[in-house]
Amino acid sequence: MSTTQVLIAGFGGQGILFAGKFLAYAGLLQGRNVSWLPSYGPEMRGGTANCSVILSDTQVGSPIVGRPDILIAMNLPSLEKYENEVPAGGCIFVDSSLVNRPVKRDDVKVFPIPATTISTEKGYDTLANMILMGHVIAHTHVIPDEMIRPAMQKVVSARHADLLEKNIEALNLGLNYQA
Amino acid sequence: MAEKILMKGNEALAEAAIMAGCRHYFGYPITPQTEVAAYMAKRMPRIGGTFLQAESEIAAINMVIGAAAAGKRSMTSSSSPGISLKSEGISYMAGCDLPGLIVNVQRGGPGLGGIQPSQSDYFQATRGGGHGDYHLLVLAPNSVQEMADLVFKGFDMSEKYRIPCMLLADGTMGQMMEPVALPERSAETIDKPWALTGTEGKRKPNIINSLALAPHELEEWNLERFKRYDIIRETEQMSESYLMDDAEICVVAFGIAARVSQNAVDTARAMGIKAGMIRPITLWPFPEKALKTAADQCKAFVSVELNMGQMIEDVKLSIECCKPVSLCCRTGGMIPTPDEVVAAIVKANEGGKQA
Amino acid sequence: MIVFEKPKALTDAPLHYCPGCTHGIIHRLVAEAMDSLDITGRTIGVASVGCSVFTYNYFNCDMVQAAHGRAPAVATGLKRADPSKIIFTYQGDGDLASIGTAETVHSAARGENITIIFVNNAIYGMTGGQMAPTSLPGQVTQTSPYGRDVNTVGYPVRICEMLSTLDGPCYLERVAVNNVKNVRHAKKAIEKAFRNQVEGKGFSLIEVISTCPTNWGKTPQAALEWAEQNMIPYYPLGVYKDKYSEEAGK
Repeated sequence: MSTTQVLIAGFGGQGILFAGKFLAYAGLLQGRNVSWLPSYGPEMRGGTANCSVILSDTQVGSPIVGRPDILIAMNLPSLEKYENEVPAGGCIFVDSSLVNRPVKRDDVKVFPIPATTISTEKGYDTLANMILMGHVIAHTHVIPDEMIRPAMQKVVSARHADLLEKNIEALNLGLNYQA
Repeated sequence: MAEKILMKGNEALAEAAIMAGCRHYFGYPITPQTEVAAYMAKRMPRIGGTFLQAESEIAAINMVIGAAAAGKRSMTSSSSPGISLKSEGISYMAGCDLPGLIVNVQRGGPGLGGIQPSQSDYFQATRGGGHGDYHLLVLAPNSVQEMADLVFKGFDMSEKYRIPCMLLADGTMGQMMEPVALPERSAETIDKPWALTGTEGKRKPNIINSLALAPHELEEWNLERFKRYDIIRETEQMSESYLMDDAEICVVAFGIAARVSQNAVDTARAMGIKAGMIRPITLWPFPEKALKTAADQCKAFVSVELNMGQMIEDVKLSIECCKPVSLCCRTGGMIPTPDEVVAAIVKANEGGKQA
Repeated sequence: MIVFEKPKALTDAPLHYCPGCTHGIIHRLVAEAMDSLDITGRTIGVASVGCSVFTYNYFNCDMVQAAHGRAPAVATGLKRADPSKIIFTYQGDGDLASIGTAETVHSAARGENITIIFVNNAIYGMTGGQMAPTSLPGQVTQTSPYGRDVNTVGYPVRICEMLSTLDGPCYLERVAVNNVKNVRHAKKAIEKAFRNQVEGKGFSLIEVISTCPTNWGKTPQAALEWAEQNMIPYYPLGVYKDKYSEEAGK
């Protein structure tokens, strides 16, 4: 019996909602209860965007993640906004290519990864979200590895089948990343 | 049941409407319900249905009136400011005894307000919204699954009683994704001898009309309609009880507020407070019976709402003010946190002790 | 032997209109068109708000009564629900050219395959003679007691001219019913407006210059003359758009 609350936050256009959808589908395929809630409206365009994902073995109550067990901060404003909301013992993942300061909390686990830099260097532009997601899976096991491919198949539309492998490759970069 | 898929609430309700036999959708863009129109625009032409982006919300509801008068399952969707514009047409629908589904994915108001989730159109929905003596059937989903399920229920009830139905959702319900199993059932077909299908020279003309200049005639029409309302009040109240068996504090909340309150009730239970929740699913008819029963056992009620306190009046009326009812609310598009609701439960619990 | 016969598309209900009002003539012309095209059994009419609110009692077809100005939207819903039905609206000037301008313009722009009978008598009749969007400059009404002052309330709206700028409409014509010759012509125009729909040609609107002796404060005869001398010069009769004859002529 467990519930994991995940908050993914960053700029609009970083693939935050997509990453959240991947996570939610992985949970659904495991037969868990899930919810996915995006921020919406003008703030999505160029401003900050976030996505609440809950994976639970019991019924999901509020779909709003206010106290994330796992925070994925893809830019500095997101870290500033949500750093203090993570309960003690929680995990904060940051894209250290874009977040230029260390996490101040000392009662949480912090996992920086230069996802954007890696994505550019390795030719996976726009897939920093998946590199971060791989890193999250490696350290939290929020979803089992064997759910990665089936979940990705659900969220990458058949029309863009070529992107399926790219997304999985990017995710593997994060999964196997050694700091 | 079909395989569960992840869908946005707005999309689930649109697909459910199509499955329920709705082939006529008329709308006008407004956040946060635009996905409904976008979904219909994509699907309707492929299944021989009508998607029409009207020139205004006013025109859209009147197009619904036309299609409904022709006997077709038809619907429109909008968000709060757009519902105000539709209110004239909704009143005419009620006066003409026309069925149809009106979806309100609520946002904060008044005026242009904001675009974040709200429940501040509770009064507008449950009191009719437009001019005149009438009610709408008002259904309040609290999950993506219910966004779909209540569409079927709404169309069926609306046609059965010839009363327009409003699905009262909010921005969260519209935007969130959850697993949903779309109901595997065909649309209920209800005989509509009143529909405007052309006389074909075989019957007297059907007239759909809300005008009666003779007051005694208008009174008769209204009394007949209120008899139907009485039957609905008696037979169609729907609510869900959560941990109410031994509850002493009864939280009352619908839609997203109920989701938040569920967490709060769990927390309160962990603190040793016997909290429970009644979640109205029909806001009109309001689940008075469930609340009345709860009033025998509970020492206090907490109404949790995304407005400055609207449903609380129905809670008080339902229990005839026999127990204290307190309000836990946020407005303007803000959503109370579970902690805020817990605090309200704790306070209600302490208040009850003093009393 | 020619005997006066009531069109089958009219019911036996006695008309409620004032003495000398031309609504009766226009009702008859609409009913004759329905008879002539043999469409009454599949026609659905949309009554509006104004003096013509009770048209649902007069036409022998299915009818729905629409909110003020919204008849073209209701007609759109009806037509989209079943394109095999013949849908017409019957609207006055306040309904069509003031409160319902958006519905009028956009149903025309969409080229909805419906027929609109627009009765222009330059005044609000039902509510007792207030200024209409089509009241003439200088015209005295209850709400323009010193005559319509165009400097403060602006100019009348010429619907046919305005709609003729759109690509959507199929057929727009302004007719009058103030004398026998004009009535005969109006009959043809109204029938054509219905025939267009039967043939799937699209949006047809017939503006009928009409009279309101009661609210104009004139005898029926003087009202007919006033229409001839004052309204028709401001609202010239004629075809403003006829898509198919235009295309035929090219």
